[in-house]
Amino acid sequence: MSFINKPKVHHPDLPKNELGLTRRDYEGAMSTLCAGCGHDSVTSSIIQAIWELGLRPEQLAKLSGIGCSSKTTAYFASGAHGFNGVHGRMPSIAAGANAANKNLHYIGVSGDGDSLSIGFGQFAHAIRRNVNMLYICENNGVYGLTKGQFSASADIGTKSKKGEENLQAPVDPCLAALSLGGTFIARSFSGDREQLVPLIKAGLTHKGFAMIDVISPCVTFNDHVGSTKSYEFTREHYDAAIHTDYIPARQEITASYGPGEALPVRMHDGSQLLLRKLDQDYDPTHRGKAFEYMRTKLRQGEHVTGLIFLSPGQDPDMHDMLKTSDLPLNQQPYETLHPGSAGLASILKRYG
Amino acid sequence: MAQSPATQDRVNDFVIKLANVNGTGSASANTMLMKSIFRMGVPVMGKNYFPSNIQGLPTWYEIRVTRDAYVARSGRVDLMVAMNAETYQKDVREVSPGGFLIYDSTWPRPAVLVRDDIAILGAPLAKICNENFIGVRNRILMKNVVYLGLLAALLEIDIEVIRQLLSESYAKKPALVEANMKAVQLGHDYARQHLPCPLPLRIERMDRTRGNVMIDGNTAAGLGAVYAGATVAPWYPITPSTSLMDAFKSFCARLRVDPETGQGRYAVIQAEDELAAIGMVLGASWNGARAFTATSGPGISLMSEFIGLAYYAEIPAVIVDVQRVGPSTGMPTRTQQCDILMCAYASHGDTKHVLLFPSNPEECFYMMVQAFDLAERLQTPVFVMSDLDIGMNDWMCPELKWDDAYRPDRGKVLTKEEIEALPRFHRYLDTDDDGIPARTLPGVTPRGAYFTRGSGHNQYGGYTEDSAEYQVVMERLLRKFNRAKTLVPAPVIEATGNSEIGLVAVGSSRGAVNEARDILARHGMAIDYMRIKAFPFTHEVEAFLASHQKIFVVEQNRDAQLRSLLTLETDVPKSKLHSILHYSGLPMTSKEIVDAVIAELGDARRASLAAAK
Repeated sequence: MSFINKPKVHHPDLPKNELGLTRRDYEGAMSTLCAGCGHDSVTSSIIQAIWELGLRPEQLAKLSGIGCSSKTTAYFASGAHGFNGVHGRMPSIAAGANAANKNLHYIGVSGDGDSLSIGFGQFAHAIRRNVNMLYICENNGVYGLTKGQFSASADIGTKSKKGEENLQAPVDPCLAALSLGGTFIARSFSGDREQLVPLIKAGLTHKGFAMIDVISPCVTFNDHVGSTKSYEFTREHYDAAIHTDYIPARQEITASYGPGEALPVRMHDGSQLLLRKLDQDYDPTHRGKAFEYMRTKLRQGEHVTGLIFLSPGQDPDMHDMLKTSDLPLNQQPYETLHPGSAGLASILKRYG
Repeated sequence: MAQSPATQDRVNDFVIKLANVNGTGSASANTMLMKSIFRMGVPVMGKNYFPSNIQGLPTWYEIRVTRDAYVARSGRVDLMVAMNAETYQKDVREVSPGGFLIYDSTWPRPAVLVRDDIAILGAPLAKICNENFIGVRNRILMKNVVYLGLLAALLEIDIEVIRQLLSESYAKKPALVEANMKAVQLGHDYARQHLPCPLPLRIERMDRTRGNVMIDGNTAAGLGAVYAGATVAPWYPITPSTSLMDAFKSFCARLRVDPETGQGRYAVIQAEDELAAIGMVLGASWNGARAFTATSGPGISLMSEFIGLAYYAEIPAVIVDVQRVGPSTGMPTRTQQCDILMCAYASHGDTKHVLLFPSNPEECFYMMVQAFDLAERLQTPVFVMSDLDIGMNDWMCPELKWDDAYRPDRGKVLTKEEIEALPRFHRYLDTDDDGIPARTLPGVTPRGAYFTRGSGHNQYGGYTEDSAEYQVVMERLLRKFNRAKTLVPAPVIEATGNSEIGLVAVGSSRGAVNEARDILARHGMAIDYMRIKAFPFTHEVEAFLASHQKIFVVEQNRDAQLRSLLTLETDVPKSKLHSILHYSGLPMTSKEIVDAVIAELGDARRASLAAAK
């Protein structure tokens, strides 16, 4: 068995969210990933975020492809439907599911192999289509389930466990998303829960495609000296350029910030993001500058983290572009979808 | 004027072939020619043989005027309208003895246009256009309309019918009606003054098209999807399926848009490729919308991985395969029935799929609705196996009817109340022994949640690598497939009751088979006929195969795919099945079937006589 059901024993004093649910109510099956896997930390941040947001579990749909990362949708929100599709094709399933019901929250969890190699096309087109979903790429630079091959995100010069050196240029999902018109682009680290949880909440609130690239080290195949995706290397070389606070719709911003220190952004549902710049040179609402900043930092051997880019405009999502009705397509009364026998007769006049 | 008896008295029974250059606007003139004959109450068949190209290559349009309402090609050409000098040589050869050829005599008659046994008629079409119309493009377009007028005079087509058609086509541009009518009149006048009007090939008003429409299968299938209540339609453009989605989208734009908000009750999504198209279908179906895609063979190849997922995870999907000539890119604008085996078993591992075989546009309409009902009832992909001939040609068929009492069969989808009344919901548990488990939709209740996966799962919906648990689900899937035999449409059987000879066909071969059977009956060879409408094969299919000694299997591919499927999936001995194969890429003719049957039965008779001696 690849995963085991967790016993549901609730401590009576566990804190409850506005729905009266505890964090345990958002858990899933027991993880069977390796002990210390970054993905399990991401799972725990997802649980924290959706609990804090107070989403009903059944209002979530969890989607994934194939790979270690894709297993993780089984490890949270057991009250939500999950769909573990085929390798690299989660974005299309998500787009179709979203087309059918625009009212659910869609969380896609993928990995660097799933998103940047076999599924690079679908990843790119989901961004272009601006499918309203949170897309987490658990990025460890390596294929885990097939035991340690480089993935497309492996940096030049990084070494495999067997000592091989990668010579091919990496695909950076954040740079790719920036160039494809992504509207919400973030990077984080599985070990930085304080940064990751608000990003997940912001991503779920964002109307459109919210991509979070999470460096999530593989303890078994890519955590050695010489790897650029190890825990140690990540802690040393990944720099937060911006800190994001998520402020729910009914809460006011209470802390005070000096001029230029914090940028409040109102989200579609009325909640707010407070972007606190850690580097004054940085502008997370300017696509070109964000690109340039990331490239500059990369040349210095640093990887920028935080909410790298948030589109300042009201970008249309897939449904806006398709001009679909407010009532989800899977709930349209059948009678409203066709004009009956009388209508058919009139349609056929052209063909008589 | 040379004339042989072959073309005498061919009133309402002859074939016109128009040889054109693609991209010159000939298609609309040719369609109008066909439609005007149809409007005069005379049954017609039209086939467009076009290149996979936008402009400049040869294209042909074949119109069979058929008072007996046969819908297949007859294999002859009585009147060739040769408008493409590039193909004169081929076109002149194709005319049946005693037939006619019309060419543009603006330029001297080329040496290749010579034959003693046909009549060659010239008309200076380009010259007429140059003298009467302004602008290069306009002159090219109007040339088609001038020959339409010319043909109207030669064939006695009522010019008022053409005027009516033009005014319907250009309802919003009356000026165009007048310009086109001028061209029609010019052609008509020229023919009346200079050509032997009327030809022995003539149209006489009949009353045999009332209650019929001229419609192509892709339009009918698109309309069927509207009536089935499909709301999500992801697709990737591919000939010859593209016009199906175009039709669906345009019907939806007309019928499903709120005039106040401009919002639509549909989503047609152009995907990045066929893999994404089918992925979106599955996502939408999983989420409770009726979703479908339309593609052709190459698209099915790409979709196969997802099709296996849909089979194993039990997700409804409707896939229209408008088949074209393979293998590989093949001939995209030519027709075949070459995806039968691929679709029956698409994807790796043990998979089998439900196939429906429409035989004309009318069945495309009804089978789209059936396909959705079956897909949701059985929770599995269902293929509608159309082809280019059905999909892209206008066919005369009975007016489509709609039963207002129809309600979609959404299959076993549990409501919130039903889920909450269960002690526990198990996705793949067969609780009522029909091989079909119940499903739940996202967003309803946390108690209905389950995990959809293509990896090994047990009947409770859990991941498994346990052999016994895996096999329980696989065996139940097989029971479900067998259950499909009781739900899919039965074959159409036309039997004399005492023939030992049978003939089996699917899809667009129907027209050729019908005519061939009439011809064979006149030769004293009445043979029974079964037109299979679906796979898996129902018990009627099995019974027909068992009750006939020799069975011709007519199909449009090289490898006898239908015959293979029959031998794999029924008890019929292979030796009973005799293939009649046609895979040229053009629609089948009745003659090929007649010839093959006579050859085989003739041999068999000789053999049995020899044995008797």
